[in-house]
Amino acid sequence: MILKLDNVSKSFGALKVADRVTFSVPRGEALGIIGPNGAGKSTLFNLITGNLLANEGRLEFLGRDVTRAPAMQRVRMGIGRSFQIPQPFEGLTVFENLLTAAAFGRGGREADMVDDCARILDETDLIRKANTVAGTLSLLDRKRLELARALATGPELLLLDEIAGGLTEGECKVLVATIRQIHARGTTIIWIEHVLHALTSVVERLLVLDFGKVIGIGTPDEIMASKDVQEIYLGIEV
Amino acid sequence: MYRLTTRTRAGTATAVAMLVLVVAGVMLPAFASRSVIQDLFFILTMLTLAQLWNLLAGYGGLVSVGQQAFVGIGAYAMFAGVILLGWDPVWAIPLGGLAALLLAVPTAFFAFRLQGAYFAIGTWVIAEVTRLLVAQWKALGGGTGTSLPREATRNIIGTDAIQALFGVRDAAARDILAYWLALVLVVLATAGIYWLLRSRLGLALAAVRDNVDAAQSVGVDAAKLKWAVFLIAAAATGLTGALIFMQTARISPDAAFAVTDWTAYVIFIVVIGGIGTIEGPILGVLVFYMLRSVLADYGSWYLMTLGVLAIVIMLFAPTGLWGLISARSGLHLFPVRRRLTGAKIEGGT
Repeated sequence: MILKLDNVSKSFGALKVADRVTFSVPRGEALGIIGPNGAGKSTLFNLITGNLLANEGRLEFLGRDVTRAPAMQRVRMGIGRSFQIPQPFEGLTVFENLLTAAAFGRGGREADMVDDCARILDETDLIRKANTVAGTLSLLDRKRLELARALATGPELLLLDEIAGGLTEGECKVLVATIRQIHARGTTIIWIEHVLHALTSVVERLLVLDFGKVIGIGTPDEIMASKDVQEIYLGIEV
Repeated sequence: MYRLTTRTRAGTATAVAMLVLVVAGVMLPAFASRSVIQDLFFILTMLTLAQLWNLLAGYGGLVSVGQQAFVGIGAYAMFAGVILLGWDPVWAIPLGGLAALLLAVPTAFFAFRLQGAYFAIGTWVIAEVTRLLVAQWKALGGGTGTSLPREATRNIIGTDAIQALFGVRDAAARDILAYWLALVLVVLATAGIYWLLRSRLGLALAAVRDNVDAAQSVGVDAAKLKWAVFLIAAAATGLTGALIFMQTARISPDAAFAVTDWTAYVIFIVVIGGIGTIEGPILGVLVFYMLRSVLADYGSWYLMTLGVLAIVIMLFAPTGLWGLISARSGLHLFPVRRRLTGAKIEGGT
């Protein structure tokens, strides 16, 4: 298993945002996470990346206990992430965004990272805009940059947070094709997404969260057929 | 095939021009009058303070309004070295840097718990507290201050040689020595910041300034970086403060911890010149010096003019005068941008 969560809980005062979350992800899998707004999906990502620390439970990455490890250490171990709302380094160029991620996420000299950054820019269709200041990019390009920057850290586990949100159908297709390519190379992916058709075209399993609890995990067909999921997530009374 | 490049023709030309300027600056006391040397000392020390504040605020995102604490403590530590320990004023200058560094540790400990405007106010409050504490130091004149002993200022290391070399009196030799030390400081500060920005840490600084969460998510240790920048800026500000008050040879808490002189003017220089660039403070200090020369006799109108000018620049040219020039001409005298060059890149080769 590349990632294992065992009874991970997180509370903000009386509000429980992750409630004994338990699941594991085998190496090379693509797992989708769905759930209504406020279900605790992004909080779960923050717990995995170390941006938030769990109150209870245990989190293992590549067989090592990372429950108390800070975010920077987890990046260097191989957990890369994108943000729901793109957060580029606006004053830096697209290339410098990736160079920063590569130099610090993997550790090493800038000069040694150039070819790899260029390859990722090519793969995410940003190569023409390599020297464009990130603050001037369109939404699609910002989403691409989120993906590209996460890839530049050299992740074994890639966390994508609503990367298709706000895109047109055509833009979404292009992005999904890129994510499929990345997954085909063996990168493990956990992807939070509301655009279900995009999600289910890539992931092998779906996990459903509601009020911080895992209410279902299985293949997309199993999850979509589940009465609980239909009631809670899709709002269908069964 | 792709290549990373930071070098530009303008950058190379600037490096050569700076080298020529520094050599000319070293030789200047042979030709220039004492008042010119004093004016240049003022320009160089203000430029050093401005580059350091720019490092903090423009690159590190740490908008401190309390840098006068480090000027003051640096100056007082130098005075303590001379008066209490009997050191030569020049050798006591590093003591100013050390004292500022030591003060920066608890300052950062408290101030880093604050964000944005609260951080700015917090640093100002700490500077005021430091001023009030130093004013209790009776051995260095308490609230009224003190002067460097005559025997200490007469026998400053190197002044005999300067007197012999240029045929000047003791006071003028002291000014030349202070000017040379200011030249060394400004070159070290500017070159050091430029080197930092071109290093891996420069990218990390920009990332932290733009977005702390995102910076951490790619492995940048934002907290450590902020500490490092704050401590470096404080120590260098302390050295500059020690040098400024070695030249004046007189100190008081109000003068050494003056928020107007050591922070407000410095912010003005950086803002009108262009924050977040090395060129900005250089241009800013020249504009500031000219305004000061022209308006100094107009009392409070001088300060009001500076304030209005700063507001106008912030509203209509938030990147400062250098930002305007750079945007129109594409000129970068101190290029730090990493450019990827290759066939598929817009504007790339």
